[in-house]
Amino acid sequence: MKEYQTITEISGPLVFAEVDEDIGYDEIVEIETPSGDIKRGQILESSSGLVAIQVFEGTEGIDTNSSVRFMGETMKMPVTEDLLGRVLDGSGNPIDGGPDIVPDERRDIVGAAINPYAREYPEEFIQTGISGIDGMNTLVRGQKLPIFSASGLPHNDLALQIARQATVPEEDEGEDEDGGSEFAVVFGAMGITAEEANEFMDDFERTGALERSVVFMNLADDPAVERTVTPRLALTTAEYLAFDKGYHVLVILTDMTNYCEALREIGAAREEVPGRRGYPGYMYTDLAQLYERAGRLKGVEGSITQIPILTMPGDDDTHPIPDLTGYITEGQIMMDRDLESQGLKPPINVLPSLSRLMDDGIGEGLTRADHGGVSDQLYAAYAEGQDLRDLVNIVGREALSERDNKYLDFADQFESEFIDQGFDTNRDIDETLNIGWDLLSTLPKTELNRVDEELIEKYYQEDAEAVEA
Amino acid sequence: MSQATDSEAVREDGVIESVSGPVVTATDLGAKMNDVVYVGDEGLMGEVIEIEGNLSTIQVYEETSAVAPGEPVENTGEPLSVDLGPGMLDTIYDGVQRPLDVLQEKMDSAFLDRGVDAPGIDLEKTWEFQPEVEVGDEVEPGDVVGVVEETVTIDHKVMVPPGYDGGEVTAIEAGNFTVEEPVAELDSGEEIQMRQEWPVRRPRPSADKQTPTTPLVSGQRILDGLFPLAKGGTAAIPGPFGSGKTVTQQSLAKFSDADIVVYIGCGERGNEMTEVIDDFPELPDPQTGNALMARTCLIANTSNMPVAARESCVYTGITIAEFYRDMGYDVALMADSTSRWAEAMREISSRLEEMPGEEGYPAYLAARLSQFYERAGYFENINGTEGSISVIGAVSPPGGDFSEPVTQNTLRIVKTFWALDADLAERRHFPAINWNESYSLYQDQLDPWYRENVAEDYPEVRQWAVDTLDEEGELQEIVQLVGKDALPPDQQLTLEVARYLREAWLQQNAFIEVDQYCPPEKTYGILTAIKHFNDEAFEALDAGVPVEEIQNIDAAPQLNRIATTEDEEAEEFTDELEADITEQLRELY
Ligand SMILES: Nc1ncnc2c1ncn2[C@@H]1O[C@H](COP(=O)(O)OP(=O)(O)OP(=O)(O)O)[C@@H](O)[C@H]1O
Ligand SMILES: [Mg+2]
Repeated sequence: MKEYQTITEISGPLVFAEVDEDIGYDEIVEIETPSGDIKRGQILESSSGLVAIQVFEGTEGIDTNSSVRFMGETMKMPVTEDLLGRVLDGSGNPIDGGPDIVPDERRDIVGAAINPYAREYPEEFIQTGISGIDGMNTLVRGQKLPIFSASGLPHNDLALQIARQATVPEEDEGEDEDGGSEFAVVFGAMGITAEEANEFMDDFERTGALERSVVFMNLADDPAVERTVTPRLALTTAEYLAFDKGYHVLVILTDMTNYCEALREIGAAREEVPGRRGYPGYMYTDLAQLYERAGRLKGVEGSITQIPILTMPGDDDTHPIPDLTGYITEGQIMMDRDLESQGLKPPINVLPSLSRLMDDGIGEGLTRADHGGVSDQLYAAYAEGQDLRDLVNIVGREALSERDNKYLDFADQFESEFIDQGFDTNRDIDETLNIGWDLLSTLPKTELNRVDEELIEKYYQEDAEAVEA
Repeated sequence: MSQATDSEAVREDGVIESVSGPVVTATDLGAKMNDVVYVGDEGLMGEVIEIEGNLSTIQVYEETSAVAPGEPVENTGEPLSVDLGPGMLDTIYDGVQRPLDVLQEKMDSAFLDRGVDAPGIDLEKTWEFQPEVEVGDEVEPGDVVGVVEETVTIDHKVMVPPGYDGGEVTAIEAGNFTVEEPVAELDSGEEIQMRQEWPVRRPRPSADKQTPTTPLVSGQRILDGLFPLAKGGTAAIPGPFGSGKTVTQQSLAKFSDADIVVYIGCGERGNEMTEVIDDFPELPDPQTGNALMARTCLIANTSNMPVAARESCVYTGITIAEFYRDMGYDVALMADSTSRWAEAMREISSRLEEMPGEEGYPAYLAARLSQFYERAGYFENINGTEGSISVIGAVSPPGGDFSEPVTQNTLRIVKTFWALDADLAERRHFPAINWNESYSLYQDQLDPWYRENVAEDYPEVRQWAVDTLDEEGELQEIVQLVGKDALPPDQQLTLEVARYLREAWLQQNAFIEVDQYCPPEKTYGILTAIKHFNDEAFEALDAGVPVEEIQNIDAAPQLNRIATTEDEEAEEFTDELEADITEQLRELY
């Protein structure tokens, strides 16, 4: 392999070098600094005679005397089932002191797009045991459903609760000895703090989840540019486990905001025309290339369910990071600072939350016949109660009608009974829906216009009003 | 995609100079603008989008990882074209008209590989051809010479291609033919095949454009009722993520009374296309009862598929739509989402280092959008038949802010505006179309149709609904300050009536089978039932009945149940309900 000492320019995470052979776009490069450090990078632009290289591990220590080697291939992830139980750094190197990884295969980390014709539409209900999700924003196997959070909110607790509790109920396919439909977890951390990382690792170890997990760790003090490869390594591993080995894989990616910051940094270094708020114009496409690597395939056993976590800068859901994410994912779970300060655990605000794949995953034979109606009615009633809260601040409770007062009470109880279940409570879907009916039964029957009349007859509790009063 | 490689065109090979994502430059290519080229050792398909001296810039429709300078580029000398002919319906294509099922088979994988080409229509399959002209007849470009049954629903007309001279038919026969075999010969020496090729960026010719006067009946109450679209009209449906663009577009694809549906998934989710592929072969077309897929052509460039093919997919779609229009059909085309198309233009433009316009979009954004929507319309075809293309474009504004360039430039062109509203979506009021902001400029020209086909007083009843909703909007502002009980009784009653308009009429759940499609008669029926309640209630109020008592009659909440009553029983249900309302209210005074 030829070595070059032809670096002409170093700028932020980018290095430019002259070459006298033809180098493929996207291919991997190794740069050796005079002090002997080896840094890896990738070709961002290749023209005859000159290449632009994006260096993953940061450009500190690189000078014009550093030597450059072109590896002649694009970036690969060594995959094997033995990765389960292992902890790797953000570039895929083991950091758990375990044995070397003997790959079954080395896979390109830029996954090819799934042919929509080959997809199987996701519709198997995943019970997370969390009412705000199962009842109102149901997750299904193969869905990509991010958590929209903000700094200081307990999104990690929620993600861990999902990872611990998620099962596909009543699956009598006679699978593995234990746990039947437990998920394998692929965890990709990008720029999170060591403390957060420990939170995850401790929980994985405590619950024994680590054995069925693959962990990729890029921490806050690791190189930022590396963050652009970490999720790709994680997803390549997930695809192998799901579509080659038949695992149902839950992929948790956190924090996507740090990933996007890294993209912005590279874009700025390349002096690209920026899109909204300085983020690259191609960020939508780039994010889609990650999020779309979820789903099911026809005739294949496994699945990839994605739960990316992002913190919204300034709690603003119109910021490009949550905005572009929401345009790609199949809904979002929204964490709310006000609910958090009221002490709700988890502080999920169901109104701006959404699961787009819910409708096909619920109902008779899947969850329960009343699920759709209950959820719609809870939404409508909670939204009405919320509106009245604004009004009651101005005119006082006395100025409101009896009907309005019922809605106000409903909203309070919805939060305290339905949402605030704690991070350790695991409710099955019946329990969740029954709590829903307890709450709906505090409203007059005639108000329930989203539920079938037969189902109202079946579940509505006539005396509930008296009990609450 | 048309097999340009098969053509006789002289090829000149160029050499790659540089690679940057989907943009490749090559020297010595000798290409014209918009020529299709095959790039690199793997022969990735691309299109020439800029020529400067000896250097051609190419947008590549496939991933370019590992492509290197020095690799060859092959020029086909032909512009990006589609294959037109029987077999386009009941098919799903990628953005450059490669059938996705064929690709899966050829690649032997669930994932999309590169460098694999496939013709847009099956070249081997034979179709049973029935002549419609005889030897000795004169035919001109556009004229129909025969038909084949493309699907159970659609007869595919075999036409003289637009560029032909035409002349006297010298040979024509019934029989089974492939799309490339001649089915007729003319004395000009020209042969007519089922297959035509057409460059996607050039509109197919037509004789004249006319004012549309028939609605594209959608079965969606808020659309048919308040903001109707004409056959041949244009509509934009902008809204933030999760507000209902895709659900509305899919409802239109399922239920609108078009003959042909072209559905373009442009830069959106893979699962949404899969859903259509799974559902449409099962669902019945409300017009014919046949499977919906028999009238549908799908084009999918999902968000993770190559971005350059996103730029081309809308052109592929509209060209296919034009071909069916030429046969005299009413075509409805949905593009979800046009914003992704605009962003693809922006991405390519910025790689070309063009001077950016507003928010980084190229200066030609407005021109491209209007050229596209101009291809919609109610047409007189060159063969004398009439056909239409209705275009419904979803728009995905960043942050849900409609002041951004794609929404604004689109609104300058389209005549129907269905504004989706995050607030309504949050409270699960679906379709979350905001009735104050939306409009349809077709209303006046469509009213005669509604009077004749639905009810003589349709426009008047609709106006009553609009006025009531407007009044509610004003009253709500007061309520926010003083509470509802502080309003006089008549205004409280108006609020109650408006609530029924919103909940019983405007809301429509796309996931409930009886509700997802509402025939225009039922749309009118629900509206008149609410108006009946309104009229009776105000009479009771005038007679001195307290407003609470009026609101509390048992019958009124039943208005919410008309929508979910089976269509056949709805009329009877409504009649009884109206009678109950009258009786219960009159008992109060
Ligand atoms: N008419 C309707 N009836 C019932 N539910 C609806 C309706 N319209 C929208 N929804 C609900 O809203 C969700 C989001 O709708 P949809 O996917 O159409 O949004 P979108 O505007 O296309 O979003 P994006 O821009 O992210 O693609 C649906 O999954 C569904 O739950
Ligand atoms: Mg959509």
